[in-house]
Amino acid sequence: MYKVKVYVTLRESVLDPQGTAVKGSLNSLSYNEVVDVRIGKYMELTIEKTDRDVNEVVIELCEKLLANTVIEDYRFEVEEVVAQ
Amino acid sequence: MRFAVIVFPGSNCDVDMYHAIKDELGEEVEYVWHDVDNLDSFDGILLPGGFSYGDYLRTGAIARFSNVMNAIVKAAEEGKPVLGVCNGFQILLEAGLLPGAMRRNQNLKFMCRPTELVVVNNETYFSAEYAKGEVISIPIAHGEGNYYCDQETLSLLENNNQIVFKYNSNPNGSLSDIAGIMNEKGNVLGMMPHPERAVDSLLGSADGLKLFKSIVKQWRLSTNVVTS
Repeated sequence: MYKVKVYVTLRESVLDPQGTAVKGSLNSLSYNEVVDVRIGKYMELTIEKTDRDVNEVVIELCEKLLANTVIEDYRFEVEEVVAQ
Repeated sequence: MRFAVIVFPGSNCDVDMYHAIKDELGEEVEYVWHDVDNLDSFDGILLPGGFSYGDYLRTGAIARFSNVMNAIVKAAEEGKPVLGVCNGFQILLEAGLLPGAMRRNQNLKFMCRPTELVVVNNETYFSAEYAKGEVISIPIAHGEGNYYCDQETLSLLENNNQIVFKYNSNPNGSLSDIAGIMNEKGNVLGMMPHPERAVDSLLGSADGLKLFKSIVKQWRLSTNVVTS
């Protein structure tokens, strides 16, 4: 079994209105050292072992469904776990 | 002309769309469930607004993999008119039938109010009954209608006259004030404002009715159906 953590964020070139609003709020709390906030999505997948390379499978999932690559980037971490 | 209103789990403007076609336009219309895989008996396909699959993950992302989407792609390839309104537009983008993607509204608010649209291109399947430059009142109701595409795609849209409607006063931050675009072939239109909610002056505006009338007229011309 694999535990996969997928992070989907808006691409750097795309304005993130949620992040901008949160940054403004942090600044108004006097945390002026915060210069940028980007908000994204975090997903945890549990994937069974198959013949296929897990990285290849996750890339496919991200490209097909989990991220819209017109506006979003994704990255992921794979951890192998022993099923209980 | 026979229309299909595609119903996804979470569609909520399907009834308005059905009403617009049946009662105001006076054409045939049927609800079609999202797992149907054949649309051959229909002449026009309508994807209504709503929150398909709860808008989970992203608007339109899950609906895009419904069974019916293969049939919609086929209908689009055959040149049948396909109209996606609001969530329907988002689904067409996710399916790649139209270019670009939707971001959340710039002000992060869900907005529901009449907007003024400018008819940028009136030489289309969907806008022939309007005058070029005509300003029409059509309501919006969306939280994620901030259209985005890269510069190259925008140039293509502009050069091919694929931008059909623009906002007079941009409510959501949409790139280049875009409210509705069509595919290169001109038979697939996606728009965020709801023409089906503007088909009777009782509703505040009847400006949306001309869009549906355009479809019927163009279809009759293309199929040489003579009517009284």
